[in-house]
Amino acid sequence: MKLLLENAHIEGIRYYDTYRKHGGYRSVEKALKMTPDEIVEEVKKSGLRGRGGAGFPTGLKWSFLAKPEGVPRHLVCNADESEPGTFKDRYLMEFLPHLLIEGLIVSSFALGSHATYIYIRGEYAWIVDILEQAIQEAKNNGFLGKNILGTGFDLEIYVHRGAGAYICGEETALIESLEGKRGNPRIKPPFPAVQGVWMRPTVVNNVETLAAVVPIINMGGEAYGNIGVGKSTGTKLISACGNLNKPGVYEIPFDLSVEDFIYSDEWCGGIPNGRRLKACIPGGSSVPIVPTNLLLKTAKGETRYMNYESLSDGGFQTGTMLGSGGFIVLDEDQCVVKHTMTLAHFYMHESCGQCSPCREGTGWMWRILKNIEYGKGKMEDIDLLWDVQRRIEGNTICPLGDAAAWPVAAAIRHFRDEFEWHVLHPEEAQQRNYGLAHYADPREIPVIA
Amino acid sequence: MAEQPLFKVTIDNVTVEVPAGTTILQAARQAGPEVAPPAMCYYSKLEGSGGKCRTCLVEVSKGSDKDPRPMPKLVASCRTTVMDGMEVKNLTSERVVDARKGVVEFLLINHPLDCPICDQAGECHLQDLSYNHGGAGTRYEFQRRTFEKHTLGDKIQLHMTRCILCYRCVMVADQLTGKREHGVLERGERAEISDYLEKSLDKEFIGNVIDVCPVGALTDKTFRFKNRVWFLKPLNAHRDCPTCSGKVTLWNRGDEVYRVTARKDQWGEVEDWICNECRFDKKKTSDWIIEGPRVINRHSVISQNKYIGMVNPKETIDEVIGKEPRLFLDIHDVSEVNKPNRDLSLIEGPAHSTDFKQNEENK
Repeated sequence: MKLLLENAHIEGIRYYDTYRKHGGYRSVEKALKMTPDEIVEEVKKSGLRGRGGAGFPTGLKWSFLAKPEGVPRHLVCNADESEPGTFKDRYLMEFLPHLLIEGLIVSSFALGSHATYIYIRGEYAWIVDILEQAIQEAKNNGFLGKNILGTGFDLEIYVHRGAGAYICGEETALIESLEGKRGNPRIKPPFPAVQGVWMRPTVVNNVETLAAVVPIINMGGEAYGNIGVGKSTGTKLISACGNLNKPGVYEIPFDLSVEDFIYSDEWCGGIPNGRRLKACIPGGSSVPIVPTNLLLKTAKGETRYMNYESLSDGGFQTGTMLGSGGFIVLDEDQCVVKHTMTLAHFYMHESCGQCSPCREGTGWMWRILKNIEYGKGKMEDIDLLWDVQRRIEGNTICPLGDAAAWPVAAAIRHFRDEFEWHVLHPEEAQQRNYGLAHYADPREIPVIA
Repeated sequence: MAEQPLFKVTIDNVTVEVPAGTTILQAARQAGPEVAPPAMCYYSKLEGSGGKCRTCLVEVSKGSDKDPRPMPKLVASCRTTVMDGMEVKNLTSERVVDARKGVVEFLLINHPLDCPICDQAGECHLQDLSYNHGGAGTRYEFQRRTFEKHTLGDKIQLHMTRCILCYRCVMVADQLTGKREHGVLERGERAEISDYLEKSLDKEFIGNVIDVCPVGALTDKTFRFKNRVWFLKPLNAHRDCPTCSGKVTLWNRGDEVYRVTARKDQWGEVEDWICNECRFDKKKTSDWIIEGPRVINRHSVISQNKYIGMVNPKETIDEVIGKEPRLFLDIHDVSEVNKPNRDLSLIEGPAHSTDFKQNEENK
């Protein structure tokens, strides 16, 4: 069942006329006849969980929004999709821009926002044009601007480009950046629902979350809530990549097993060249990596499904997270140490530098990993690495510290033998990784001639 | 105005009552220095400070009387407000001790241990923090981060290698001087304090960035390398200043004023901001009305060999015999520094051996 990508294959669906012809903007017409509280209630009934990664119930988040008299409120669409392995929002915005606009209009009405922002990743330059064109089309047809559909509701949507910082995907850093400041996360509380953009009550939602509001209104919150499993309702976009025969963006039901998703021809079509599955990161690079035995089955031996509860079953010891749905698959030829080093490099580069454990710790982790990967590591480095990540996790202002620590922790937990192999076979490790010289630190003496 | 309710908070088994809205750190400070967490970036006089360095992390073992659940993560005590019945563990929590040890280790990765030549030695918060909460050694074996030398005008020197990015100086410039010409560039471990296109920081109160810096990253060019703080005698003094309160601490050696700073409380925070003129330009004892010795915490290295409370006898001999008293021992006979007629505080920039040699030649 497809709720978001149902019409994605239709030619010209990017443009207003085609979109409208295929039932577009019905939810706006319906929602504007409801009261804002009724819409919030529908979203609550639907059980929709935020699709950005954390999975917080959207209706509940909306109900937290402070409503002081005479103070404007804002809705911000988080389109700063920068998590490695995650590219689903890009697909939505590129092919179905009006779906997002539609969701934004309904959500803005529900939240009482008259100025709504799409904070988009700077690298998605061409999508900015697509969105702006869609906004203009919606405006020309009376769905945006003053007095929408004669209901007296005014709304402007502004597209704001980020400058390419991963941290600006964190909601408070996004707000700082939107305000024109350095994209540093704020310390919570106060939460954005109380003090957000320009100190006004603000809701920040992911692109997919806001797009999902459209089918919720069209079919009713209860009907939407009946789709899915347990607290994972509706459908989820998954961006599958890595060693897969058919990587891409898929809209999946929550009762799909991980095994089916990887191996079934309907979905990813298995691993290329008949190689075996080694590990997978199912929710974007920041969630823990899991080996095959724990990916397909839980620790209790039950089938693992593609939903929030099943993937996190067993905690981080034996489970992982659905996260943002960036499904990265590693086959048996992939090196987990190299992979973890690459991720550590990313998190070091993207740390905002505001708090000490993340600023100093991410670089330290990367350097230890680089030494191990290059065959320069010592056995005690593995324990040191474990200790460093342990002291970063949970001690930082924002979740970037956790995002940097979890992949390292999970890699050591499940693949310690590979780390030890690099230490015990330094010459082979060095030879194997000759092509990684670009990871050298400019301040350091290169470890490879 | 309605009276604010008082909340009962227990920190490391010490219970205090504080008004609603008080942070855990402020409550702990009221409870006493024994239970107060250290703070490198928090500064009560600066709005929005705190939360960054993570040295003040504490464990909330009981949220409140209403909701006694513990908080799952350690929280930054400087930014977390108290609830009625809250129970906090600082030094009594193993998690906190371990996390703080980790933070000290992180901070010292790129902070050079150049205390023997650093002007902040003796009054450096990081020195105290690492002594009280850090480990015995480092496990970091990689090359340290370095930065180009950077000057912030003719009065303030920036040593970016020592900076721990607490943002206090940026907030001082923002909130106190009315114009901010410096901030943080880059991100992650490459982040650095820098000014905009080599502009100098010359606003009226900008000198206060030196006082708020917890480490030796921002130093006073009129004092650098002139003396060690524990050799100096801190005195409370004031003058009739049209710009600021004029209440300062003079750092003297003999009658010579080596340095002027704002007065700091027991938490190392400035009591009254002072202007640049008082700080940089009034370097003569005659510019000031001396109030008396400044009380420094007896645990500080600065208080060594200083006898606070001792009343100096009135020097009457010159009045009686009508001439200067004869010295039994002239310090210059045994010390290489401070040759007579050499006023170190008037030397432009840091004093080097050449200054003394020159002095010898002039003799």
